[in-house]
Amino acid sequence: MKGIGKLAYKLLVNDTAKFSALLLGIIFAVFLMMFVTSMFVGVLNHASATVNNVGSTLWVMDPAVQTVANTVGMPGYVLDAVRSMRGVKYAVPLYSGGGLAKLADGSYQSVSIIGLDDTSLLGRPNLVEGKIEDIYAENGFIAVRDAEFSKLENPHIGTEFELNDNRGVIVGIATVATSGLYGTPTLYTTYERAIQYLPNPRFTISYVLVEPKSPADIETIKQQVQTLGYLALTKEEFMQRTANFFVYKTGGGTNMLIMTLISFMVGLSISGQTFYTFILENLERFGALKAIGAKSRDLVGMILFQASFTALTGYGIGVGLSVLLIWLAKLRLPSYAAMLSFGNLAIGLLMVSIIAGISSYVGIRRVLRIDPFEIFRG
Amino acid sequence: MPRAAIEAKGLVKWFGEGEARTTALKEVELEAYFGEMVYIVGPSGSGKTTLLSVLSGILKPNAGSVRVEDVDIWSLDADRLADFRLAKIGFVFQDFHLFPRLTTAENVAIPLILKKRNWNESIQEANGYLEIVGLKDRADIPPVKLSGGEQQRVAIARAMVSKPDILIMDEPTASLDGDTGNAILSFVRKNILNENRCIVVVTHDSRIYEFATRILQMVDGRLTPTTEKSAI
Repeated sequence: MKGIGKLAYKLLVNDTAKFSALLLGIIFAVFLMMFVTSMFVGVLNHASATVNNVGSTLWVMDPAVQTVANTVGMPGYVLDAVRSMRGVKYAVPLYSGGGLAKLADGSYQSVSIIGLDDTSLLGRPNLVEGKIEDIYAENGFIAVRDAEFSKLENPHIGTEFELNDNRGVIVGIATVATSGLYGTPTLYTTYERAIQYLPNPRFTISYVLVEPKSPADIETIKQQVQTLGYLALTKEEFMQRTANFFVYKTGGGTNMLIMTLISFMVGLSISGQTFYTFILENLERFGALKAIGAKSRDLVGMILFQASFTALTGYGIGVGLSVLLIWLAKLRLPSYAAMLSFGNLAIGLLMVSIIAGISSYVGIRRVLRIDPFEIFRG
Repeated sequence: MPRAAIEAKGLVKWFGEGEARTTALKEVELEAYFGEMVYIVGPSGSGKTTLLSVLSGILKPNAGSVRVEDVDIWSLDADRLADFRLAKIGFVFQDFHLFPRLTTAENVAIPLILKKRNWNESIQEANGYLEIVGLKDRADIPPVKLSGGEQQRVAIARAMVSKPDILIMDEPTASLDGDTGNAILSFVRKNILNENRCIVVVTHDSRIYEFATRILQMVDGRLTPTTEKSAI
């Protein structure tokens, strides 16, 4: 196949106009597909930011919770009950909510508040400035330096603000793995301070974070929590539950699917039609090759090689362009929620393979049907 | 006694069915020998091209047999027949059918590449054949930049590169002016024809009859007995 492959390659790339049109179709389709799916993956990833950043093994919650941001308070006895369950090493409360911070210049800014267990500070962020123990200081809050940090007027240690008419002081600056989806800055404080500063419903525990004694205990704990009328999910399950909400209950998944299909159709129509024209223009010459002594499988191999080469080249350039554009966008907008995952890449490759498969199938059918006698007949 | 290159017996070929059936070959018998350049001449629609296609293993006859170097070619399966054509038969098509996106040398090398030969070796060998047809200096340019006569010589080099025993030429002068056509056939007669090769030419260009060793006339699907050139 080496020589025949090179022959197929030269026939393809030496026809610069056709090859460019073929590549353009594939690149455009891949670029659109990558972009749409990466934005969706990015949104899903940011939507689970708290779960990812806090990083607890097991999360106990009200079964009505759909995403990490929409909490339903649980009564204090749930924490006690979980602590007494078989297989639980330790369990702590977590507060997750929001408030309106009044900044030094008098403006108001929505903020996300994470209240960490006062004793263990489980789920604390990595501090880049200040000391974690200062969170216990009077009115102490830790600000997260992420894309939304500037909305707090780039605070530093000692910056003061008001939260629900309570004084707050920044005692540390932290970084987290993933910034949030909703465009609000995040402040960490202790659980007790959070429920003291913010107006709360009757039940104040957003989540109970559980560390099992061993991975084998996870299932037992989940069953015991279920008996109690609540829901226990691992970190991955909770992220998946959040993702499922956005995919199936917001229309986001359908929109992504439609956009991906449109990209696919655009790519297929441009590349498929161009490839078919390319085959038609060379049909007589393929016939001449048949007359000379090329076997059908040689010609099929040539067409498959041409289609695969175009598809993979277009795929590579399309992915590269997507990466470049996402990188450029993130330089300007650090919170830009787009993220390429292996899933994106696999979907793109699958779609491109289908485009190449359909395009080459049509071409192969035509080439196999050529009768070399027609070449003699002119 | 000359050695037979092609022996065709009782060839019948028809197209269509029922009332639309047209019989292109009617009990055609033919023998072509090594060392000769046989012309098949006749008016348009007489069956010349059909006969050429049947003889070269491209179009299967409805009846009769074709033996090329003692091999009954129509008893071979499709793959073996393709291999046989690649090894034994060289084709020069009426419209040349050169690939415009390949260089002249790459076009000539195609039969070797189809034989799974190494690319560089094939190009090297193709260059040798381009030298034979006087186009060595045109090896690296695409055939579209060549004149009609030069393209025909490239087509001949491509047909000869796999060293076939039989060369099939379909209307070799149809796209050429008189002088160029004469030059091409003169070249073929002098440089390509030898005692181990048989050349079959289909043409209705009487200006090149002088290069034939034997001329057969095709009329209404039947091949007339060997005809003296002067009688055509």
